Amino acid sequence: MMNPGLYHILFLSAALFFIGVYGFLTRRNLITMLMSIELILNSVNLNFIAFNKYVWPEKMDGLFFTLFIIAIAAAEAAVAIAIIINLYRSHQSIDVENAEDLKY
Amino acid sequence: MPNATIIALIPLLPLAGFILLGLFGRKIFKTSSGVIGTALLLTSTILALYTAYDYFFVYGKVAGVYQQFIPMKLTWLEFSPGVSIDMGLTVDSISVMMLVVVTFISLMVHIYSLGYMKGEERFPTYYAYLGLFTFSMLGLVLASNIFQIYIFWELVGVSSFLLIGYYYNKPSAVAACKKAFIVTRFADLGFLIGILILSNSAGTLDFNTMISTLTSPDSDAVKNAAATSFLGASALTWGAALVFIGGAGKSAMFPLHIWLPDAMEGPTPVSALIHAATMVVAGVYLVARLFPVFALTTPAVLEIVGWVGAVSAIIAAIIACTQTDIKRVLAYSTMSQIGYMMFALGVSHYGGEAGLGYTASLFHLFTHAMFKALLFLGAGAVIHYIHSNDMKDMGGLRKYLPITHITFLIACLAIAGVPPFAGFFSKEEILLAAYQNNMTIYWIALITSGLTAFYMFRLYFSIFWNKPHVVHGEKHGPAASVKTSEGKEGGFVMMLPLVLLAIGAAAAGFIPFGEFVSTDGKALESHFHLQFSIAPVALGLAGIFTAMWLYKKQNNKPEKLAASFNGLYKAAYHKFYIDEIYLFITKKVLFNLIGRPAAWFDRNVVDGLVNFSGNATEFVSEKIKKMQSGKVQQYAIYFLGGVIVLAAVFIYIWK
Repeated sequence: MMNPGLYHILFLSAALFFIGVYGFLTRRNLITMLMSIELILNSVNLNFIAFNKYVWPEKMDGLFFTLFIIAIAAAEAAVAIAIIINLYRSHQSIDVENAEDLKY
Repeated sequence: MPNATIIALIPLLPLAGFILLGLFGRKIFKTSSGVIGTALLLTSTILALYTAYDYFFVYGKVAGVYQQFIPMKLTWLEFSPGVSIDMGLTVDSISVMMLVVVTFISLMVHIYSLGYMKGEERFPTYYAYLGLFTFSMLGLVLASNIFQIYIFWELVGVSSFLLIGYYYNKPSAVAACKKAFIVTRFADLGFLIGILILSNSAGTLDFNTMISTLTSPDSDAVKNAAATSFLGASALTWGAALVFIGGAGKSAMFPLHIWLPDAMEGPTPVSALIHAATMVVAGVYLVARLFPVFALTTPAVLEIVGWVGAVSAIIAAIIACTQTDIKRVLAYSTMSQIGYMMFALGVSHYGGEAGLGYTASLFHLFTHAMFKALLFLGAGAVIHYIHSNDMKDMGGLRKYLPITHITFLIACLAIAGVPPFAGFFSKEEILLAAYQNNMTIYWIALITSGLTAFYMFRLYFSIFWNKPHVVHGEKHGPAASVKTSEGKEGGFVMMLPLVLLAIGAAAAGFIPFGEFVSTDGKALESHFHLQFSIAPVALGLAGIFTAMWLYKKQNNKPEKLAASFNGLYKAAYHKFYIDEIYLFITKKVLFNLIGRPAAWFDRNVVDGLVNFSGNATEFVSEKIKKMQSGKVQQYAIYFLGGVIVLAAVFIYIWK
């Protein structure tokens, strides 16, 4: 079986990133948009891990960064879900098209 | 040596009064403020008299020459070594003489105002302002540094402004105080430039160093300044002339005199203090203070001083003959007398017998302060009684106001130069100085002295004789109802200053002034030439008898006379249209040539730029405001676009 190289992983990461971006820009449901953000963050995590493993295997910086990003993602998910719940309470919907009161 | 503390206290006590009454007067000292101000000034006056006695009779004279002392000097602001603004005290014959004049007249006015201003709503404010004025004037007199004199000069201007505008709900008073401030301020601009030129050439702001540098013809400073010329005159001449412009503005010399008659809108005691006896002679004092520079280095400017003085004296005397507002007559008379002092300085030389004009000028300053303050305070008593400024409302008051009548008569005799009253002696000296140096000025002065006697007695006979006094209550307009003190002449506090000043006006001439004040400090013998006195005294008496013939009884001779001099009378009645010329120059010429283009520039260019930036911002934001749509995903697209652009920049361009 062929071992995956750096480029495979980078390809996967780029794919994940653009799927995330696409989802964030097109989906109208806030929960789905939140999930898209998680995808983007995970693509970044993959990059960190891959560069850490293949370029500087003797260092741990990439790993630590990844751990931090996971922690932040968790916190961010908590905040985002709180916002979404509040939005639902006031608008009776979690459609991002309905939440456009803050404009010119 | 003089005691610095005592001399410093003389100006500081009125300042203390100003601060005390200005801060707490309206709340705490509502009724006692007058007494407080007067008591502080009384202390100042006693200290000033003590200083004068001490200076003139104890330590002032060393080897027959009066010395100058600087008992205290604090460096306030140092620009470079040698060039600093100091706060100092100068003690020499003229400053000590002025100390006595200012404190004494101010004290008289303080006492008089206790009666005159009684019941005014802003009584404490009035006394606070008087304190400020007295402080500034004393500081000006004691200044040892030309910049110090400038600071106090401006303070004096401010307090004059405040006091002229004391009745601030009267539009004419407001206009008058603005006019006074603007005109004198305009002249002070010349003074400031003059200070800068003189101090630049001398390399110092200190009076003594400046005078000694500028009067030694061998010094480099003088040579350099004399070599620098502008429009055909050397830098020093310009400097001295500009300083004199400042003095002319404050002293109401032609053509900067227009503010003085209007300044009579202030309370009458203020006119007596500021616009007759003390502040307006500041210009004379300034020229006297810098006299060595004027006389030795820039004689051309001294010549100008003489001519300006002479022209002012005669013009003001002619105008005074036609005015009917008694305070305006006195105002023009003041201007005329200050013209006398100015040309006396102008015809003087430095040192010895030739310095007679200098002594005579300051002597006249001294005696004039006495009788002019007396005239104003007397006029105040009359106005207080009759509630009108106009001569036409007066007449036959000698029985109703006996003390005022006698004191006013003494002052009139003094100003007319009738022996043995004070004005006679000082005027004789001035005329003698003019006779020795400049015959044209002498003739102008002689005619002026006749006119002076005429208009003063015109005033006197119109107020106290002429038509019988109509008793109030029958028909005297609205004033009758206001009047409460019918038949009373004003209380003791108003009569006391009149009597004291009358004694001064009668006796001040016997002071051997030449022994105390002269250009070089050596005693100057004053001699009297009997033949020489005949002409001015005869002219004075002629003026008095003409006035008596015209105005003692009510008749139509004045109108006939006025009609026969129609053109001149009208011109003089309208003050030679000088106000109109100023109005023409400012309104028609300056406003159209400078004001309107500047306004156009402001409205179109400056405002245009401001409006353009505002409009441009509004236009652009109107266009791009749709970008803030409230749609999160749109923002995300902008953001993504930005990231992509930045990524492209970093990857391909900014390697």
